[in-house]
Amino acid sequence: MVNLIVFFVCAIICILGATGVVFSRNPVHSALSLVATLFGIAVLFVQMAAQFLAAVQVIVYTGAIVVLILFVIMLLGVDKEEDIDDEPLAGQRVSAYIVAGVTIVGLVVLLGLAGFNDANSNQRTGWGASTAALVTGDKSVTAPLSTSLATTRRGDVVENADPDNIKTLGRLLFTKYVFAFEVTGLLLTIAVVGAVVMARRPTDLVPQPDEPASMDDDFMADVEAESSGAH
Amino acid sequence: MTQLYPAMLGLSAALFAIGAMGLLRRRNPLVMIMCVELMLNAVNLTFVTFGNMLNDAAGQAIVFFVLVVAAAEVVVGLGIIVAISRRKPGATADDISVLRG
Repeated sequence: MVNLIVFFVCAIICILGATGVVFSRNPVHSALSLVATLFGIAVLFVQMAAQFLAAVQVIVYTGAIVVLILFVIMLLGVDKEEDIDDEPLAGQRVSAYIVAGVTIVGLVVLLGLAGFNDANSNQRTGWGASTAALVTGDKSVTAPLSTSLATTRRGDVVENADPDNIKTLGRLLFTKYVFAFEVTGLLLTIAVVGAVVMARRPTDLVPQPDEPASMDDDFMADVEAESSGAH
Repeated sequence: MTQLYPAMLGLSAALFAIGAMGLLRRRNPLVMIMCVELMLNAVNLTFVTFGNMLNDAAGQAIVFFVLVVAAAEVVVGLGIIVAISRRKPGATADDISVLRG
């Protein structure tokens, strides 16, 4: 019962936040709605005994990624209302709605098939398991989640909620997925180098005759005018 | 808890669809990046749910890699946006359809 209430509250927060991201006219409001959605998903992670992922979700997503997006919004000065009803590409909005409808129907059918069959079959054998494997692929457990979760699944005990979540994940990351982990480090290095290269002020930027001076030059001119005016 | 798994999967499907709709509908590149984050989070929720359903820790381990890819994508995407906005202030996705700077 508590699970149900928690799920519904979080689901409503997630859906409202997601619609807020899409339909807000102000990009800052979009970013704050994204924070609401991410928090709802973090609570759902806690509900599914993934406590460490919930913490990482809040720290990395809302603490780093959304703050980075907000920094860029403020840096570019686009924190003002924009006209989202403006439609330069004819039929773009209608096709977006159609694609969203097709996506949600297809995903609900596919995931519902797997979910309902698995919820109906407590044991991992028989018809339900094979149908879920049809969607998710052949079952090959890399490492079982902790035993307390397994007992919860069988419906015996519910009380101790998975104290070894981090240990299981850490062991998996540094044994079976260690290669993927190293490649991840390489990817992050490439991303950092790429961001530095792209955000660097271009030195060989020849001013084009048909466009005015770039934003930085205007800004620096404004600063110089203000400082000279003050003195 | 087990009877909530289909609802979790339905919720993640709805989040993914909303994110896809926003990606197609909006033209502000920053909002488009946020919509991509929304879609990635829906997939994360699906991974964790399936990991619990199949009692498999790999469902949670792969969320780490999705997180890292999302962070790298945001960093590079925002770098591109800043570089383009330096050339053309107030550029939308329609203005940057040609990647010539």
